[in-house]
Amino acid sequence: MKKIYICLGIVSILTFSGCGKKEPESAAKEEATAPATAPATIDDANAATVTGKVAFSGDKPTMRNIDMSANPACARAHSGAPPKSEEVVVNDNGTLKNVFVWVKSGLPERQWPVPSTPVELTQKGCMYGPHVIGVMANQNIKIVNNDPTNHNIHPLPKINQEWNESQPPKGEDKLKRFAREEVMIPVKCNVHPWMRSYIGVVNHPFFAVTGDDGTFTIKGLPPGTYTLEAWHEKYAPQDVQVTVGAKESKTVDFPFKAS
Amino acid sequence: MKNVWLHRYVVLWAFCTLFLVVAGGLVTSHDAGLSVPDWPLSYGKLMPTMEGNIFYEHGHRMVATTVGLLTIFMAVWLWRAEDRRWMQNLGWIALLAVTAQGVLGGLTVIFLLPRPVSIGHACLAQLFFSTTVAISVFSSPSWKRGSIMVDDDGAPPLHWLAIGAPLCVFIQLALGAAARHQAIGILPHVAGAVVATGMVLWFTVRVLMRHADYDSLRRSALALVSVTFLQVFLGIAAYMSRLATAEAPQPMPVMVGFTVAHVAVGALTMAASVVLSIQVFRNVRRPMPAMQTARIAIPF
Repeated sequence: MKKIYICLGIVSILTFSGCGKKEPESAAKEEATAPATAPATIDDANAATVTGKVAFSGDKPTMRNIDMSANPACARAHSGAPPKSEEVVVNDNGTLKNVFVWVKSGLPERQWPVPSTPVELTQKGCMYGPHVIGVMANQNIKIVNNDPTNHNIHPLPKINQEWNESQPPKGEDKLKRFAREEVMIPVKCNVHPWMRSYIGVVNHPFFAVTGDDGTFTIKGLPPGTYTLEAWHEKYAPQDVQVTVGAKESKTVDFPFKAS
Repeated sequence: MKNVWLHRYVVLWAFCTLFLVVAGGLVTSHDAGLSVPDWPLSYGKLMPTMEGNIFYEHGHRMVATTVGLLTIFMAVWLWRAEDRRWMQNLGWIALLAVTAQGVLGGLTVIFLLPRPVSIGHACLAQLFFSTTVAISVFSSPSWKRGSIMVDDDGAPPLHWLAIGAPLCVFIQLALGAAARHQAIGILPHVAGAVVATGMVLWFTVRVLMRHADYDSLRRSALALVSVTFLQVFLGIAAYMSRLATAEAPQPMPVMVGFTVAHVAVGALTMAASVVLSIQVFRNVRRPMPAMQTARIAIPF
């Protein structure tokens, strides 16, 4: 009986000694890195595709000028015309740019393979490019500073680990990753307060970001019924349900309205 | 003679501290708090390139270092030159406060602006500035001329108001700091403004109606009521400018200007309330028990 009490005591101490401590980033990474099962492969023969566009209606918002005079190195990069805020970019064809479209639910519980190629996030002319990116959890993000000025990269996640690191002018590229799914993670540069980017981190490869034509394509989906979400930094996210069969292609549009 | 120079030095120190409060306000308003990711060095150097928001963050650190050095010198000077033991102790308390303030500032950088630390940093800044102003008053020639000792038999006792008013102002400053660091909404700060302004008006009108003949009390009361009105105006202006520039891609000068002025005048309001309270405790006799029973309840 005494031995049982001793064992219980040791277990309790070990349990409570872990309470209240912040989980270190490395641990978070390891947890997400270790696959529960072998990574699933995309069945190209039966894969379905969802395409569509993000339409915008209403008055087109004015893209506001950014004043970079506080940092001449930034201002020089835009000597032709003042740079514009990318908060809301309406394309010429009436579609919305920088919308993150992803499969929010409906996928089978699988461990999807993480691409080995990193997604690049560049700081050029004291602007982030692209403004919105999508990555898989644990996929590398290559952060590049092409500017002749210091930047700091400061993601503000709610689920993943927050960090803040500087990157000197034309300094060495940084490879960073996020361990857990999180849509979206704002990224800012506190040296240049107009700089803002968003990273969508998901557990699977079924996502896309709308570009200059406002369209998106999500390929390689297994047959099934899914909830697709379109996220934009200013407007409320929209969900749409779609059912696809084997080799089927479906079109889904998201209508956004000016607020 | 040496005490005259000590007083002048303390006044200079108080002005530098107010400038430090302004520098801190500029950091928060420009969202520059984490523009320098390391501490105590900046980008691994004593002097980084002062570009973009690094100018505000590293500038704040430079002013803070200067005020820290001034405080060390002030504490040693008080210890060497002051006969009053409590003044010597006040100097050491100020030194302790500025050290704690520096550590809190460092923690905000290292732990990526945790709200309780950021709010604590903002509140301690206000208390530290009030301490510098209080030491200025205690070291002034007029303080050494002695007290006037007048009676005040109003209700509630003026000494209660002398405690209540700075306390309300300080709570209001803490609510402002919490709103600024997005720990709470703006409504508690607006409600706090009504309470703090009401309390300050009650205190100052009471002093002005009953003791306006005495320079030290009248001047302190007028100073407090003036900065309070200015502070209310600046608070409204800061809020309106924030609403007007909410869609801007970066902090706009009009918003930064009004907000930083609001922070600085907030520090002056706190200090003015502390000074008036000091003058009340020094110059107004506490009501005797017999007077307390006989007094009539008059609001002012």
